[in-house]
Amino acid sequence: MIGHGFETVVLWTDACFFLLIAACVVGGLHAWRRPHLRRSWARVGERPVGMAAIVVLLVFLLIGILDSLHFRAALPPTAGQTETIYATEVTSVLDVVMHRQRTDVERTYSAPLATHAFVKEAIELPDGGQRRDFPRLVHGGAHLADAAQDHRADIVSRLALGAAVGVGLSLLAAACLSVFNGGIKRLMRGETQLAWRSAWLTWSVVAVVAGMLVSLAQGYHVFGTDKVGQDVFYLTLKSVRTALMIGTLTTLVTLPLAIALGILAGYFGGWVDDVIQYLYTVLNSIPGVLLIAAAVLMMQVFIENHPDWFATAAERSDARLLALCFILGVTSWTGLCRLLRGETLKLRELEYVQAARAFGVPTVRILLRHVLPNLMHIVIIALVMDFSGLVLAEAVLSYVGIGVDPNMASFGTLINAARMELARDPMVWWSLAAAFVFMFVLVLAANLLADVVRDAFDPRAG
Amino acid sequence: MWAYLVRRLMYALPILMGVNLLTFALFFVVNTPDDMARMQLGVKRVTPEAIERWKVERGYDKPLFFNEGAEDGEQLTDTVFFDKSLRMFVFDFGAADDGRDIAREIQQRMGPSLAIALPTFVLGLFVTVSFALMLVFFRATPLDFWGVVLCVAMMSISSLFYIIGGQWLISKVWHLVPISGYGGGLDAPRFLALPVMLGVIGGIGSSTRWYRTIFLEEISRDYVRTARAKGVSELTVLFRHVLKNAMIPILTGVVVVIPLLFMGSLIIESFFGIPGLGSYTIDAIQAQDFSVVRAMVFIGSVLYIVGLILTDLSYTLVDPRVRFE
Repeated sequence: MIGHGFETVVLWTDACFFLLIAACVVGGLHAWRRPHLRRSWARVGERPVGMAAIVVLLVFLLIGILDSLHFRAALPPTAGQTETIYATEVTSVLDVVMHRQRTDVERTYSAPLATHAFVKEAIELPDGGQRRDFPRLVHGGAHLADAAQDHRADIVSRLALGAAVGVGLSLLAAACLSVFNGGIKRLMRGETQLAWRSAWLTWSVVAVVAGMLVSLAQGYHVFGTDKVGQDVFYLTLKSVRTALMIGTLTTLVTLPLAIALGILAGYFGGWVDDVIQYLYTVLNSIPGVLLIAAAVLMMQVFIENHPDWFATAAERSDARLLALCFILGVTSWTGLCRLLRGETLKLRELEYVQAARAFGVPTVRILLRHVLPNLMHIVIIALVMDFSGLVLAEAVLSYVGIGVDPNMASFGTLINAARMELARDPMVWWSLAAAFVFMFVLVLAANLLADVVRDAFDPRAG
Repeated sequence: MWAYLVRRLMYALPILMGVNLLTFALFFVVNTPDDMARMQLGVKRVTPEAIERWKVERGYDKPLFFNEGAEDGEQLTDTVFFDKSLRMFVFDFGAADDGRDIAREIQQRMGPSLAIALPTFVLGLFVTVSFALMLVFFRATPLDFWGVVLCVAMMSISSLFYIIGGQWLISKVWHLVPISGYGGGLDAPRFLALPVMLGVIGGIGSSTRWYRTIFLEEISRDYVRTARAKGVSELTVLFRHVLKNAMIPILTGVVVVIPLLFMGSLIIESFFGIPGLGSYTIDAIQAQDFSVVRAMVFIGSVLYIVGLILTDLSYTLVDPRVRFE
């Protein structure tokens, strides 16, 4: 599909996302050079739970990154054409990897791994008559000559192949890890300083499951198809990016507001403090969902009235996603700001800050060198803890109709679409199950990591 | 105490004014009434006359802040800001898009909302506090560990799944209660049982963990050690000493939400088709009925401020050291 060249597209959320990743890398390097920060992060890695959660989150992050590298493929040149024309559709690297799942669209619902459709249709018989039966799927299991006979054996062999690849990947990881950690024995006995054994075990589970899913996905719709016949596996993986964006980009708004206002209020006191406190009391007193609803409604009106600002549908839904992150950020900085204000109040009375002031160090310098670094642990803990809440919030907001664009794949839109079909008999359960499992694993990993990070960074926790 | 109350209410006024200005800016300045009219009437084919008619029907045709064409006092009162924003202070919200009076609608819908929210709140508080006390009683045992694991797992599940799963299992498979709907009188418990139960279950994870942390912090204090040294049994320590002293942090989080119970729960009410304020809000959001959303924002913040004042009052009930100055 990219045989004729392509043109990279950087959507706004992509740019912000990569900016954030770059900031994390810079922050990581900075922490690496400071012994006390390194020790805190090492405490996260020493806990088996922490390592397991990090591995799972990194896998999700990889999916998110693949889905954030966007481009527009060039259309095949026609006769007499001088310059290349690019498709209006914006695709990502993940779309290329999952080309099969993206384009193999059925007519409507089909169960996971099915070879036949979910509802009966009138089928034309060769002799001209008609019969009501479950028609064969166009793509799911299309490679089977005799679907009834070969189906089970084919699934088993595909599962075995996938598991074998997974085990291979797991062994490869074990080999790499034991090189860095002084032999396979130390790794397997859990004698390494960081909990590499737990990381390896988690990776093995992920690799085997992913191997099976990918192997099955080559011939079937692993999680079935939805109402318009789209592959649910593909939609679920696309939702991961949306969830990650909501969970991370919001911090781009929250952090500057909370840090700047929190430090100013705590350090200067007086009328500055009064104004900032007034500001966050006002924001706090509006119930969160309603404030978000009001802001999103207004944003919809705005986007609706300026259609010329957005060249493609992808850009429009991207703008909506970014605006949603912005709105969530503006409504959720107050909690962190209050924490930082309280901590700054304490810090400014400490001797070293007083000494710096007595020496005539400029205020900006005191804030940046003496106050801010001592607040970072609160910021890091708050960041990690907010993530899971934001991912869950996205689902609810999309259900209410004030979340992401209805055409954008997200856990909320998946659940919303599937909810209507629960009344059906037999039930269409697979979209819900897929959204449930992926969301549960993502949020659980984030929650576990949040706990470990809090234990490692909170000075009060021994 | 009365002086204190009056002072607190005076503090509340500027905050409400701020909320009012903020929502006004959101609804009338970010997008002009013309933009909203175009959106509501369909962006493509819309005539200036239709926009004008839409604005007159809703009273949006006046100037925002200052009416130059009006007489003295009316220069300020005959404006959108006065009509739509300041009138809210006397709970005059005007009419919704379907022509019904919002204030009346809110009054009628408060009942069903409370019928769900109050039992959920009371039962939820009872269940989570008892669960947390149990975990603390068995602290540092496998029971505590697996209890916390259960809590973390439960808080990682979206509230939507609790509702969908509950409706499916209890109503569809077991046919115990109707899937959705609402009835008054003796019929009510049949309709309320499931939403209340799901509301409680959905909150168990995070609340239990929070209470557990509070109790654990309290149980490592010196007075608890003294009590144990005097031979007080562990159960008495938990209920007489720890629970009582943990009341302040618990009240801080709990009392604020009591007035907000009137607002109902958006998700539960809409899933179960309960004609409360939560589903009213959702319907308004989906129909883009701006006046209803604005009214709900205002009421929400009034109730929140009432909650803050109630919190302060409740401190004096549980901690005799706290006094009004």
